[in-house]
Amino acid sequence: MPSIGTWLGALLSLAILSFLYKDNPLFRFAESLFAGVALGYYIGNQTNQTIKPNLVLALTRDFAANWDLIFAGLLGIGLYFRYIKKLAWLARVPLGIYVGYYVGVTITQKLHGEVLPQMKDTILPLSGPGLAPLWNGLMIVGVFSVLLYFFFSLEHRGAVGVASRVGILFVMVSFGAAFGYTVMGRISLLIGRFNFLVNDWLRPLLGAVF
Amino acid sequence: MRSQLPLILTFVAGVIPVIALFSPHPVMVRIASRADRWLVIMYAFAILLGVVSVVQSNTKKIARRDRGWPYAIVLLAGLTVMGGFGILANFGIFGGITTVAGRPTPFQWCYSNVFLPLQATMFSLLAFYMASASFRAFRARNLAAGLLMISAIIVMFGRIPVGEAVPFVPMITEWIMDNPNAAAQRGIIIGAALGAASMSLRVILGIERSHLGLGKGE
Repeated sequence: MPSIGTWLGALLSLAILSFLYKDNPLFRFAESLFAGVALGYYIGNQTNQTIKPNLVLALTRDFAANWDLIFAGLLGIGLYFRYIKKLAWLARVPLGIYVGYYVGVTITQKLHGEVLPQMKDTILPLSGPGLAPLWNGLMIVGVFSVLLYFFFSLEHRGAVGVASRVGILFVMVSFGAAFGYTVMGRISLLIGRFNFLVNDWLRPLLGAVF
Repeated sequence: MRSQLPLILTFVAGVIPVIALFSPHPVMVRIASRADRWLVIMYAFAILLGVVSVVQSNTKKIARRDRGWPYAIVLLAGLTVMGGFGILANFGIFGGITTVAGRPTPFQWCYSNVFLPLQATMFSLLAFYMASASFRAFRARNLAAGLLMISAIIVMFGRIPVGEAVPFVPMITEWIMDNPNAAAQRGIIIGAALGAASMSLRVILGIERSHLGLGKGE
């Protein structure tokens, strides 16, 4: 006989799948439960895996080395001032610090971690054995034409227009590939769910009944 | 002061990682490393801020008996049970968030038997809608739409055992992924990263201030 957990998982899966017929109260129930449980999961995850080890345990185990984290905790709590009307403006202080530091990190990460390495990888040799130079040329043309397609400070006419039209072709091939990958990912999830319903729930159930 | 102070703090906090990148001075490195830790802690508090908003809007919905209010009760019940087990796990009650002596804790049990099946089924449901969307999108009305269709079909076919057995199909799939797809992705990544960096600069310089709830004149 399937366990209580398997029964619960199977019934909730069927409730979600019932949407394929039409929107119904069972689906709405499962959907709302999912939203609630997902938020509860974040509460458990963030408090246990982030706040507890990085703040509470750090302060209690080695206060001398981590005393400054009190301010991080206070700033974090300060974000909740937005719910007290008279003090709501104070929430801007931690928010300003948080967003400021985050975007500062983003600038360095994006430029050093993405733009420069990607540009470096695009500087490819146009000579060499076999078809490699051809594919390297295709890569260079593709990158520049896609960049031109997304560059709106120039009117897409004449040579720029031609290049941007080439860019859209590359983008379409890429979107098609991404679409194919996503479909395959979703299909494998669906197969996994049916596998669970048939092998973990239905088979043991039928085996126990008959 | 109410609007200037957050803007000044945004600027000061924003230039710290930029200076730290270019200055290997031990003081700067230490400040940046501590600030990284502050960011992780504040991020957790910021994430939980969203939970408060959801609780507020759903309790209002129940109090007003708005349309679909019983589902708000379901949402809050799920949040209370799962979140409750998660909070209690911080104090070692029920033994944490994973397993104790090979047996799942209540938090882990809810995760495996409620959260995971719901999440997986919800996302798998999209397979059906993507199939119907592709039926509409994959009409080869022009060259661009035709390329979209062909590359999607080849990639899908090349990633299944039957497709892998057909000569040249895996090779063509790999070629699509490594050449035109990589070129387009590279262009998109460079463009998006430059956009994110310029937006970050606008935030640091106080030109973009909507995240603080401030208009341009404030």
